[in-house]
Amino acid sequence: MNAPAYNFAYLDEQTKRMIRRAILKAIAIPGYQVPFASREMPMPYGWGTGGVQVTAAILGPQDVLKVIDQGSDDTTNAISIRKFFAKTAGVATTTATQDATVIQTRHRIPEAALHENQVLVYQVPIPEPLRFLEPRETETRRMHALAEYGLMHVKLYEDIARFGHIATAYAYPVKVNARYVMDPSPTPKFDNPKMDNCPALQLFGAGREKRIYAIPPYTQVVSLDFEDHPFEPYRFNAPCALCGAENSYLDEIVTDDKGGRMFVCSDTDYCEGRQAAGHHGSLSAAPYKERAHGGSNG
Amino acid sequence: MGAQMADQDMIENDQPLLIAESLSKSYGRIAACRDVSFALYPGEVLAIVGESGSGKSTLLQLLSGQLAPSGGCVSYRMRDGITRDLSTLGEAERRFLFRTDWGYVHQDPAQGLRMAVSAGANVGERLMAVGWNHYGRIRDTASDWLTRVEIDVARIDDAPRTYSGGMRQRLQIARNLVTEPRLVFMDEPTGGLDVSVQARLLDLLRNLVAELHLAVVIVTHDLAVARLLSHRVMVMKGGRVIETGLTDQVLDDPREPYTQLLVSSILPP
Repeated sequence: MNAPAYNFAYLDEQTKRMIRRAILKAIAIPGYQVPFASREMPMPYGWGTGGVQVTAAILGPQDVLKVIDQGSDDTTNAISIRKFFAKTAGVATTTATQDATVIQTRHRIPEAALHENQVLVYQVPIPEPLRFLEPRETETRRMHALAEYGLMHVKLYEDIARFGHIATAYAYPVKVNARYVMDPSPTPKFDNPKMDNCPALQLFGAGREKRIYAIPPYTQVVSLDFEDHPFEPYRFNAPCALCGAENSYLDEIVTDDKGGRMFVCSDTDYCEGRQAAGHHGSLSAAPYKERAHGGSNG
Repeated sequence: MGAQMADQDMIENDQPLLIAESLSKSYGRIAACRDVSFALYPGEVLAIVGESGSGKSTLLQLLSGQLAPSGGCVSYRMRDGITRDLSTLGEAERRFLFRTDWGYVHQDPAQGLRMAVSAGANVGERLMAVGWNHYGRIRDTASDWLTRVEIDVARIDDAPRTYSGGMRQRLQIARNLVTEPRLVFMDEPTGGLDVSVQARLLDLLRNLVAELHLAVVIVTHDLAVARLLSHRVMVMKGGRVIETGLTDQVLDDPREPYTQLLVSSILPP
């Protein structure tokens, strides 16, 4: 037998050790951005190179991996990353949130509540919440060090002054463990409350920016706001057209050029689970419809 | 009761706010500032005049803790009444002082303002930095300050990019004064403004300084600004203070030849 040309989960062991050290430090200082020596990965920046490196560093042979992209298990990004680890690590993959031990995500947190034996790995494009407010990175680091976060409220103030309400809909800044202000990656602010006191470990990897940060299990995560303009999660005011869910985050899908649109759950696994359990929406297909992902896992 | 209050005020005004003791700064072999000592009292306006290259701006940076002196020290009487050497303050304390009890008005408003965010947020930033968390109150305070510096409140949501030079400078002043500082540093605040706008700004500054009982260190090369605003003048040349005294005394009856030259170089009106 020839030895495989690459190590388990693609990265070599020294690199994994380096990333694990960064992860441990990130867990020890919740919300703090730990620099790490990000590697070139066999995919372009912006496709989740940070998340992939974190996943590679924590993955074991017994793990079950789920990858989602905007809540969906079957987009290009999700499928290619899932295949990547199926091939390089030989781990089991799944689309069911409950069965996964490691969930790599781009821009969503699954609807189903996470549990203690799970790790949620976020792909992060821009880890610095103060990036577009203060251009100097040396200055933003000092601001984090001294917990000077007045500037973050300047952004929220601008939103209210311009739009009458806090119009930031995604990448909504949070304060972790009453200390560091953190960018939750471009998740919709609908997902922010799920990060608070979450039983699962949450890890954030930014490949191009070479930063890792973390929220340990059961950590307080507070969305920033004003007393007279409190934080409010946003959701389209409609049930899911396929499963009828009233409390899930919805995607808006344009169906024709006459203004027709439908709203469906962004979390495909959650939506399919509900349909399988007999829930219907206004546009559900006939009951004999084949299940889109019956049993396959990419 | 009233007498006691008056006594308290006396003590408050009787002790210097800012003390410089033989301050020096050299860049390699070039001494930018040599052996400068003075004390500044609450409500007092001190003008530092001199030609460019005389060390005025270096001195201002030393006083405001932005540069570490090569020799000597600067002390400041904090709000709790204790006078402390600035070099013993931690960075967090110094930065806190800078955005609460101090103000710094730059010559170029673009350096002191956030040009891309609205005027209201510019004024409110210091309040938010000290923990104000009520949008309505921040906005009310910001509009109040815009009125005080004679900016139309209707422009509160416009970015300073869209403001004229004079308005920007007034906005910068409002941004600095919103936390009611006791000491304001000004670096050529009227530089680059046309004469009528300068006059209006000086008039505004003079009123605010009196009203708020501000101590001010103002750096200028314009003796007219010094005459209008300041109580005392320090004349600098080659990094040294060559003459100091009451403004009218120094400007009307200069002792040093260099000061005489400075004064006589103003065109008679």
